[in-house]
Amino acid sequence: MRETLSARRASVSRRAFLVSGIAAGGGLALGFELGGLGKAAAQKVLGGEGDEVGAWVLIKPNDDVIIRIARTEMGQGTLTGLAQLVAEELECDWNKVKTEMPTPGQNLARKRIWGEMATGGSRGIRGSHEYVRKGGAAAREMLIRAAAETWKVPPSECRAESSVIAHTPSGRTTTYGKVASAAAKLEVPKDVPLKDPKDWKIIGKPVKRLDTLEKLNGRKVFAIDVKLPGMLSAAIKDAPVFGSKIVSFDAAKVQGMPGVRHVVQVNPTAVAVVAETWWQAKRALDALPVTYEEGPNQKVSSATIAQHLQTGLAAKEVHVSANRSGDALAALEGAAKKIEAVYATPFLSHACMEPMNCTAKYTPERCEVWSPTQNGEGSLAAAAEASGLPLVQCEVYKMDPGGGFGRRGGAQDYVRQAVSIAKQVPGIPIKLIWSREEDITHDFYRPISQCRLAAGLDADNKLVALHIRVSGQSINAFNNPTSVAEGKDDRQLQGYTHQPGDQQLGYTVANLLIEYAMRNTHVPVGPWRGVNTNQNAVYLECFIDEVARAAGKDPLEFRRALMQERPKHRAILDAVAVKAGWETPLPGGTYRGIAQFMGYGSYSAAVAEVSLDQRGRIKVQRLTLGVDSGHVVNPGQVEAQVQGSVAYGLGAALFQAITIKDGRVVETNFDTLEMMRMADFPRIETVIAPSGGFWGGIGEPTISVASPAVMNAIFAATGKPIRSLPMKDIKLQRA
Amino acid sequence: MAKLNVNGRSFDIKVDGDTPLLWVLREHVGLTGTKYGCGVAQCGACSVHINGEVQRSCSIPVRDIKGSDKIVTIEGLSHTGDHPVQKAWAALDVPQCGYCQSGQIMAAAALLKRKPKPTDADIDEAMTNICRCGTYQRIRAAIHQAAGGRSASVTGNKA
Repeated sequence: MRETLSARRASVSRRAFLVSGIAAGGGLALGFELGGLGKAAAQKVLGGEGDEVGAWVLIKPNDDVIIRIARTEMGQGTLTGLAQLVAEELECDWNKVKTEMPTPGQNLARKRIWGEMATGGSRGIRGSHEYVRKGGAAAREMLIRAAAETWKVPPSECRAESSVIAHTPSGRTTTYGKVASAAAKLEVPKDVPLKDPKDWKIIGKPVKRLDTLEKLNGRKVFAIDVKLPGMLSAAIKDAPVFGSKIVSFDAAKVQGMPGVRHVVQVNPTAVAVVAETWWQAKRALDALPVTYEEGPNQKVSSATIAQHLQTGLAAKEVHVSANRSGDALAALEGAAKKIEAVYATPFLSHACMEPMNCTAKYTPERCEVWSPTQNGEGSLAAAAEASGLPLVQCEVYKMDPGGGFGRRGGAQDYVRQAVSIAKQVPGIPIKLIWSREEDITHDFYRPISQCRLAAGLDADNKLVALHIRVSGQSINAFNNPTSVAEGKDDRQLQGYTHQPGDQQLGYTVANLLIEYAMRNTHVPVGPWRGVNTNQNAVYLECFIDEVARAAGKDPLEFRRALMQERPKHRAILDAVAVKAGWETPLPGGTYRGIAQFMGYGSYSAAVAEVSLDQRGRIKVQRLTLGVDSGHVVNPGQVEAQVQGSVAYGLGAALFQAITIKDGRVVETNFDTLEMMRMADFPRIETVIAPSGGFWGGIGEPTISVASPAVMNAIFAATGKPIRSLPMKDIKLQRA
Repeated sequence: MAKLNVNGRSFDIKVDGDTPLLWVLREHVGLTGTKYGCGVAQCGACSVHINGEVQRSCSIPVRDIKGSDKIVTIEGLSHTGDHPVQKAWAALDVPQCGYCQSGQIMAAAALLKRKPKPTDADIDEAMTNICRCGTYQRIRAAIHQAAGGRSASVTGNKA
């Protein structure tokens, strides 16, 4: 049932986007009649005093430079990185740079002049570096031309640096602020050549983030902090068993409670209470009797899901990856030594620090939402769909999310819910806030999977055959079943491809077979920082350590021998091994593990040092993580993202699993779902090794290698491979 | 009715006594720098100082607060935003999304008041707030820096 619901949702969203394309292409004149605070909010985020020099740059008379940022800033530093890219070509004074974010409605009205707004897949910078640099370069040329025309000299005799334009022969100078108004009237030049990377002055520098100060004094307004005149608050409860429809709820029981104004059904599975404050809404909601339809999903548990996945490990009908060579099954039969293992990873929730929320105001003419979103245009489409109004009568004010990690991208459930509630209370702004319990139990979880691996060694202990069979749930199938007909879903095999450039397998094996058996459940799934590289790196990299041990080889040397055709994969592995001191002795009770993987266009590797005491307690002491993303825009932010990927990925591998009982999620809050904290956090050293010539992602790549490196260090300590997560559930003993 | 002293100002607030202090601060006093993260005193996003000690405001019913109790929120930690912890946080570019940072800063400020030169073990023990972005290493370095020392215990790459 869940799949049907989601399929409908996906197709409606696509239709909404189609509408957006038609509206934009048709060049409709779109008036933005923003009422009240909506108007103020729109002005705050775009425009105001100053001159627009091309779409990406606004220059004020006092020389302040406002750079437009279309992507979402959710902590990953993209806002600062994108501004660096524009500023590099603009040749402006970095100290005068500020930023603003166009709204999705403004983007639509200007025929998507700011391009893609969605932020996911580590694409914020690598997906827009070229056109934003061109935007900066075009603005620079316009400013130079405006100055040259004032001076009546050829533009070629003028140059710009740090927001000052100089006419070299005469020594005359002016500033960007003085010529911006004339520059704004010039035609935007096309295809201005970009700088050679060796001439970069701002790109590649660890400049400070532009958005730090207001995060230190409580002034930053997150979506959960939005205040509007006359606003009411809503608390929501979705069906505990995913997809179970509401039969009835007894509104009369809570309508007299303090502050309560409305009790509304949000959609077939969710009910909300609207009250003067959120706490009042929450208290009434907790007291509201709701009954749900019963169905077969109530019998689903983690155990039945595990059995379902096991059938995939043995199934005859599977999707076979194009990354195939030789005859792996025959080579395994004939191998001198055969190693086999089955691994398993659980569902995981995102648990963004800022719980899901959205504020919406609906009138029959207009729908506005204040959305903590990774996908502003997705929020716009969701608002249009839920309100029933055309896109041009909707607007989204993007609020920087308090964490996204994939939860706030494709899934715009919280926007639909807020609009659905607001539509039932027209004219009143409604702030919907989920409780943490609602957040943990109604996520789009990282998909569960199992993996059976088999390796064959020849008489010289050389790897001659490798068979990988992943069985598990498909994100694509959940979003749109028809997109992956007959289970042909390569996304679930992320990191195992042959094609270079994005997610290439690091090893070359003469006989290679990689398969995927799709096994879906009623549990909603979605992208979770690193998506399938997380599980697939654990499977491959931990198993490679098992094979290396069976071959009697050092894990690093065993890998290097398989990586002769993958010099970039191998270079970052080597760089990390050197930095970590792979060859150096360790104190007693401390062990090392290593891993490498590629995802999101970047090459990553890790070495972990783990101590295991006599009582079986582990502590990750030190992690050395390396990444080659081709180019690096801000090494300070790369370092922060590498550190962050450890808290998110390794934290989950150590502590977290979402389990299912009676069709619903068992864990509800941070007391039952443990997060990584300061005392668990290892010392992290980062190797930033950009080899140039390409643009890889940063937010996700290293997340895949931290966990297998730690698991391999524990394997080194105990002699027993860790084949299921989380690690906290496993009893450890030193070998 | 609740009488509260928040950041040196007095408030008379009409509210049910079982309402958590967090929601009184956010929805009645109008100070939204203190964040909701879990509601069960696990994550620390709601940390404030009460009479100089760090407390998790999501789990304190407002009826348990006396009019004489001095509550300080992130907005009142320093009126100019230059508390040593805030300065160190800015110098090391600690925040990522920033949502948990009010609570982290309040916890760090309370720790430094109690232990002006905390060790790494002190920091592990006192800083139990959750950060999903994973800013822990920079938080540790910033606490050492705010304490007047170098961030010597962090041997990783400097911010």
